[in-house]
Amino acid sequence: MVEVDITKHILVPKHTKLSDKEKKEVLESYNVTLDDLPRIRISDPAIKHLHPKVGDMIKVLRKSPTAGESVFYRGVIDV
Amino acid sequence: MSMYTEYSTKLPKKIIDEVKESVPENISDSKLKKVLDECVREFENSQVEAGEAVGLVSAESIGEPGTQMTLNTFHFAGVAEMNVTMGLPRIIEILDGRKSLTTPMMEIYLKKPYNKGDNNIRKLALAIKGNRLRDIVSEISIDIADNSLKIVLSKDKMREIELTEATVLKTLQKSVKNYNVKMEGVEISLKAKSKETTLNDLYKMKEKVKTVHMSGVKGVTQVLPVKRDDEYIIITAGSNLKDILEMEEVDATRTTTNDIFEIEGVLGIEAARKAIIDEVFKVIESQGLNVDVRHIMLVADTMCTSGVVRGITRYGIVSQKSSVLARASFETPIKHIIQASLIGEVDNLNSVVENVMINQPVPIGTGLPKLRIKRQK
Repeated sequence: MVEVDITKHILVPKHTKLSDKEKKEVLESYNVTLDDLPRIRISDPAIKHLHPKVGDMIKVLRKSPTAGESVFYRGVIDV
Repeated sequence: MSMYTEYSTKLPKKIIDEVKESVPENISDSKLKKVLDECVREFENSQVEAGEAVGLVSAESIGEPGTQMTLNTFHFAGVAEMNVTMGLPRIIEILDGRKSLTTPMMEIYLKKPYNKGDNNIRKLALAIKGNRLRDIVSEISIDIADNSLKIVLSKDKMREIELTEATVLKTLQKSVKNYNVKMEGVEISLKAKSKETTLNDLYKMKEKVKTVHMSGVKGVTQVLPVKRDDEYIIITAGSNLKDILEMEEVDATRTTTNDIFEIEGVLGIEAARKAIIDEVFKVIESQGLNVDVRHIMLVADTMCTSGVVRGITRYGIVSQKSSVLARASFETPIKHIIQASLIGEVDNLNSVVENVMINQPVPIGTGLPKLRIKRQK
């Protein structure tokens, strides 16, 4: 039994938690509210180490076969 | 270098990298700016127009080559019978978001000293294989006279997986209730505690006891060491990502399964999205067909927006639509319309399908812009 660090897995892209200021900037630049964003569960194993709260915004830096790198945002929801 | 960072918000990383590679190193800033400006112009030109029906294009682009896919499962050539669902059935399985797959599979990568392919890998493979009682018995019989089951263990099979009679007895005692488990000579006897046990109950117990997990990883039914490039990996039938990743010898960064829901549970929603893209693309590629990844990426994104994987079925993403008419137009219309009328649901007619149904312009392409007039007082 070894403790597994799943953030190192090739399928898992880099997740970061945004500060309130960054969050506001992103929402304003897209002219949306947090509810309009795609969601991520608070219990999602890939964001466990970030200790998120409901209403936080997670920035995902995906490796994309077409764009090289692409940024995606998800709002943290309950369950 | 600062020139590139300036453009990093306007252009995707891949294009910037390509420009970096193509231009001479000592290019002047003004010339580089010209090149990058041209790139931005070209990039913006080739982007999808606002209001384009991308979902429809994706559906047709995946659907059309789908008609040419094979309908059968294919067999691993030569090696011990291990077959994998491929072709259309596999695509349907992924996109429907089915919880139980017809052929769950894992590719287990191993850490450095273990992936050399000597005897260790055989030992490891056998340790991974999940063994149930039925794999190690030579005979199970029912003794009607004293309401008991007699189990004779196969010594050869037990030696192969390094299991002793004592541990088998212990696991049985732990997992079997209402029966007294003890050793009687060479056989293990399971005697019913209550006197009212019928023959029917005994038969049921016989089937149940066969499936008791004995050793190895639960759920893995077959193991097969295979050489991939210059290392050995283990391919398994049956899947249990969580337990496998926790093993010491396993490379936990590359080991994967084809079970999307298991990936979602262990690695999270973003990993599941990537897995959906990889799995669908693998099938399409193996059939010699050509579908742009962007279409598959769109489908995978749609399946994963709600934070959990939802299949494209009436229970999955379609049930999440806000419009009654859109839901009714997919499957089981009467159920949705009756339900909506009972609770007095309102349809704002914001999307495509409901506007098609009532013969109004759909909000797509040129139907998207609206005219708004400020009334003069």
